[in-house]
Amino acid sequence: RCRFVSGAFLAKTTLLVHRLFTSGAELTYSYDGLYPGHIQTTSFQKALLAVGSGVAALQDPYRHDMVAVLGETTGHLALINLRERMKNDPEGYTILTERPRIRLSTLDLEKMASLPDESFGREYLRFLEDNKVTPDSRAEVKFVDNEELAYIMLRYREVHDLLHTLLGMPTNMLGEVAVKWFEAAQMGLPMCALGAVLGPLQLNASRLQSLFTSLGPWALQNGRRARCVLSIFYERRWEQSLEDLRRELNIEPPPLTLSASNKRRRQI
Amino acid sequence: MAASVRLLFRRLARLSHKNITSSAATVSRRPGCCLGPSSSRCISDTAEDRSTHFGFEKVPEAEKAKRVYKVFENVAQKYDVMNDAMSLGVHRLWKDMLLHVMHPQPGARLLDVAGGTGDISFRFLDYILYQQERRKRRAAASSQTPSWQDISDKYPTEDRPQESRAVVCDINKEMLKVGKQRADSMGITSGLSWVVGDAEELPFDDDQFDIYTIAFGIRNVTHIDQTLQEALRVLKPGGRFMCLEFSKVTNPVLAKLYDVYSFQVIPVLGEVIAGDWKSYQYLVESIRKFPDQEEFKGMIEDTGFFCVQYFNFTGGVVALHSGFKL
Repeated sequence: RCRFVSGAFLAKTTLLVHRLFTSGAELTYSYDGLYPGHIQTTSFQKALLAVGSGVAALQDPYRHDMVAVLGETTGHLALINLRERMKNDPEGYTILTERPRIRLSTLDLEKMASLPDESFGREYLRFLEDNKVTPDSRAEVKFVDNEELAYIMLRYREVHDLLHTLLGMPTNMLGEVAVKWFEAAQMGLPMCALGAVLGPLQLNASRLQSLFTSLGPWALQNGRRARCVLSIFYERRWEQSLEDLRRELNIEPPPLTLSASNKRRRQI
Repeated sequence: MAASVRLLFRRLARLSHKNITSSAATVSRRPGCCLGPSSSRCISDTAEDRSTHFGFEKVPEAEKAKRVYKVFENVAQKYDVMNDAMSLGVHRLWKDMLLHVMHPQPGARLLDVAGGTGDISFRFLDYILYQQERRKRRAAASSQTPSWQDISDKYPTEDRPQESRAVVCDINKEMLKVGKQRADSMGITSGLSWVVGDAEELPFDDDQFDIYTIAFGIRNVTHIDQTLQEALRVLKPGGRFMCLEFSKVTNPVLAKLYDVYSFQVIPVLGEVIAGDWKSYQYLVESIRKFPDQEEFKGMIEDTGFFCVQYFNFTGGVVALHSGFKL
């Protein structure tokens, strides 16, 4: 009589163990893994993903999901470093505990539009309108095997647009490269470094010149000395003036004013 | 006593799922009853209650079809590219072998179920064309006088063969769309038609087709036996059922390599090329859940097919099952 009980029990535990150690398919309503969207991967798979996504991203720069995957599979050490920096900063620590998300549903657009010019919220809204982008277009995190680090990765992606506003850079190629240089200097994510190196290859001569002479050095310097941009609780600072915020973060205003283009957003 | 414990365990497992059905209510009303055949009727067996496998996951039967639809909707655009990447082009050889074993003659009517992007149907039309060319050449080479075949061809036949010789049937509109685009780009204008249909309930009359094929589709259906029965129904007497599907690898070394490749590399390829890890995870899992060669042969025989046999390709990675309706 015990045979049947143990048989069924054994079958269930075997299935459970199997699902723990293989990257199981995900259910629609509940999820396998540490957070919604998480896919378990072995180191071998991560290595393959890094190489594959790198090649795919280089071949087709519009494949944002490949850039995202590359960032996730190569950024483990940098994410740990970022977590330490955020924990040591009081505001960063608050972010790690409260886990705010920047999406259209959480932003009060009317209130932000009514803010005075030169305030951070108003300038961010203007940036979204001028460049025709939305904060909801971020890929979800899939291959980071720690729930907190996955949040930091997500926060990094969501803060990217805010960085554009802070640095005054539009979403054309030159602006993106400048932001990437800043991010590479600040956060040390290998994906940013790769984008920083390969991005300039697509610029024409005059833009390259402005990059290397003024924008680039400015971005690198500010990246190194600025306060960790992930540690700022942006959602509570919409009313703050942009200049004030820049001073607090130790960021100089841009040496050149670039205008937003109507071209499709390139993201590196 | 053992049966009662097993039944209790099963009931507990059912209760732990979210779908509380009438069976649970019935059971609670009869505690401690002597569990015999009458009580097993209390445990109702509706579609929501019955579960099947979706890869390694257990899902209610009603849900499997929806989820499979979603998978193929997502991968349709990159389906052919992914096939080439995952099998390193070998899937073309498997499909060529299917046609070679099939050896269709001009005038044959093919039903290609789960035909999706049309690989089998295109090959079928090519093969028939080639056969026709061969015949013409042979007729021209043999003699100057026309053969009976040529004379009879010139007469209008009473039962004119239908214009569409190959029918591609698939439940998924996206896959059919991709197939149609391919046909257009290849310049195929006649002899092909595209039908949306469920393999378990085909929208065709009885005794319609000479050949029924289902290539890499039968492991995705919810009820394999129903699909086989439908195949029997729509085939003409003398018609042939052919099924190409992933199967069990017998050689243990190859099996291990195949497992490692399937679970480590294929989902990564899916993510990089098609941007969809989960669909390809489902694909490799569904292969493991499908019955092996002998078991599937038994299922085909049980349905009512005769002379059932199977051929292994690539050491058992793929098996071609064939049976006749007599």
